[in-house]
Amino acid sequence: MTAATRLQSRHLLSIADLEPAEIDLILDTAVAMKEIGTRTIKKVPALRGRTVVNLFFEASTRTRLSFELAEKRLSADTMGITAAGSSVTKGETLADTARTLEAMSPDIIVIRHAASGAPHLLSTICRAGIVNAGDGMHEHPTQALLDALTMRERKGRLAGLKVAIVGDLLHSRVLRSNALLLTKMGAEVRACGPPTLIPLGLTALGVHVTTSLDEAVKDVDVVMMLRVQRERMHGMFLPSVREYFTLFGLTPARLERAASDVIVMHPGPMNRGVEIDSAVADGPWSVILDQVANGVAVRMAVLYLLAGEELS
Amino acid sequence: MTQVGDAFVLKGGRVVDPRAGRDGHFDIRIENGRVSAIGKDLPLDGARVVEVPAGFVITPGLIDMHVHLREPGQEHKETIATGTWSAVVGGFTGVACMPNTEPVNDSASVTQFIMKRASEAGFARVYPIGAVSIGSMGDQMTEMGDLRGAGCVAFTDDGKPVATALLMRRALEYAGMFDVPIIEHCEDPSLKGAGVAHEGAVASMLGLQGIPGVAESIMAERDISLAELTGGRIHIAHMSARQTLRAVRDGKSRGVQVTCEVAPHHFTLNDEALRDGAGYNTNLKMNPPLREEADRLAMVEGFRDGSIDVISTDHAPHHADEKALEFDRAPFGIVGLETCVPLCLDRLVHAGVISLSRFVELLSASPAALLRIPGGTLTVGEPADITVLAPDAPVTIQASALVSKSKNSPFDGWQLRGATAATIVGGRVLYTNPAVSGADRFAGPAKS
Repeated sequence: MTAATRLQSRHLLSIADLEPAEIDLILDTAVAMKEIGTRTIKKVPALRGRTVVNLFFEASTRTRLSFELAEKRLSADTMGITAAGSSVTKGETLADTARTLEAMSPDIIVIRHAASGAPHLLSTICRAGIVNAGDGMHEHPTQALLDALTMRERKGRLAGLKVAIVGDLLHSRVLRSNALLLTKMGAEVRACGPPTLIPLGLTALGVHVTTSLDEAVKDVDVVMMLRVQRERMHGMFLPSVREYFTLFGLTPARLERAASDVIVMHPGPMNRGVEIDSAVADGPWSVILDQVANGVAVRMAVLYLLAGEELS
Repeated sequence: MTQVGDAFVLKGGRVVDPRAGRDGHFDIRIENGRVSAIGKDLPLDGARVVEVPAGFVITPGLIDMHVHLREPGQEHKETIATGTWSAVVGGFTGVACMPNTEPVNDSASVTQFIMKRASEAGFARVYPIGAVSIGSMGDQMTEMGDLRGAGCVAFTDDGKPVATALLMRRALEYAGMFDVPIIEHCEDPSLKGAGVAHEGAVASMLGLQGIPGVAESIMAERDISLAELTGGRIHIAHMSARQTLRAVRDGKSRGVQVTCEVAPHHFTLNDEALRDGAGYNTNLKMNPPLREEADRLAMVEGFRDGSIDVISTDHAPHHADEKALEFDRAPFGIVGLETCVPLCLDRLVHAGVISLSRFVELLSASPAALLRIPGGTLTVGEPADITVLAPDAPVTIQASALVSKSKNSPFDGWQLRGATAATIVGGRVLYTNPAVSGADRFAGPAKS
């Protein structure tokens, strides 16, 4: 496999579209970007004169701030739009919003949207590069990339790592992007959750699916916990928080079955006492805050690779 | 366009008319809008002669028993005039239109309005289908006798299922008095939920909420049991799932009066298409959804073994603006009238799944018989509703060139073999296909 020097697409819509060499390229670039964050003056001119629009139709704190910070560190001009304060509330369609933005000639549009495929719709309308910051239940590619960067930093590799992903798998775009990325890169992925929250199609990716948390975490190098939304507790997915925590909550005792140097990840926001015990979230295994720091670096890398000057 | 009084003879073409037991070369004489003679070497008696080009096939007029004409109420999508012209261009001489208009066709006055508009348009014949319940709300049964008297040929709450087993039972019992079928849009609402695509690996990985095949078959099983109980006639609309086909076969084997239809997109496409291009093409969003390959193959097998009674298009026009939305938000449905004949000829007849004779059964004889409407066969003295096919003509489907008011077709750019050459309704040649060489022979003499 030859090293990639650029991304094939001008969009980042999904991990499914990326070759392993492109994933390596993004992660290697992120390592360089991370160094910038340690400087006194945390800014480089890579995207000077470029315009980036952050289009957040769905609530987001860390992803939105992470993209904004990444853009600022690269010296891009940025604009942010959230659904609440935009013409979306006046009934404008996504396509029309996209055309309006297009008229302002942005170089990159970062979009978070509750509908799966919304970034793809934008990519058929806009000349700008589209970066998917999470679309419905589909994908969250930069999350999977920052998770991969965190794992690579801590474990030195991705190939051969044993990774358990636990929680509401069905509704999780983080699960889909991570399952795609980790299997592409040669990791062994186990997905664990209640049978009502397991999506179809994981086995075909080579993911081992189990409903037993003990089986999932046995000897693993990484445990990635997924958020379980409170509203799932009131439908027909799960009987109660209490039972969920009993069966799937990550506690120090559960972690004893994992590898001795296991790390625990969570894309946030966490529900303490629902999917994760505070003793784990705040414990020595936790790399949750590393993930946040790496998020900025990975987003800088993605933006740079999609819109930055060619390295001369 | 030929006039009603114009006498002409379609000479020497291959006529495929299974109900009349005909498959061979015959002359057909048409005068005063009716078939006046069928036979070998008919005397011409001064009538205009149309020498049917070699390879063309004359069939009884095709009938699409599942069409949404959108009028009254949603004329920005389609009107009765544009929809029936789309039918004619697609080779259909008659269509049955679904009652989910605004207002719903739940009273004789709406039925009469539809009949009047259809008559004014003067294209394909229109057979309205009435609602089972007022407003299709699932509470109170419509005045089926009144609706039947106004011209309705069947009843359905299409767009959604008949809400309760009790209402379906009563409808089957009551409609039996008029010898009309109940047509069911089979879908368990709780299993469908907020689903927008077939529940399978494709929708799962695309992050789209799924609709399992059993959402359809569970409702079909309910209805087949109720048809068995009541002796009524149930017709399963736009069947898509292999489990439903199994339920229909079981019902038929028990002697239940159950029939079913399948739309072309359910035997030509599967859910993998949702990944094509940028993905999430909303012209691939319909209800029931494109199923997985096993279901598509089951439908093909259902054609092969004769379990499927009818091909209908579920022609569901939507404005481009309505489809240019996020996949979750776009409406269900695609147009089908003008793509049906090429898809069926190419993928079923030329593929060796069915014969031309069976094609005519599925698209003409069987829907006519089910709805107890005229046509489905060519009979001396009856209206001359005739479709002329050019089964070997190459076709490239162009969505932008469709005459339907809406262009929401997933088949844009498809290259197929088999076209409609001409469409004759009541003895008038309403359409000749300019893309088919020789079709212009069917056009009448140029008018001054």
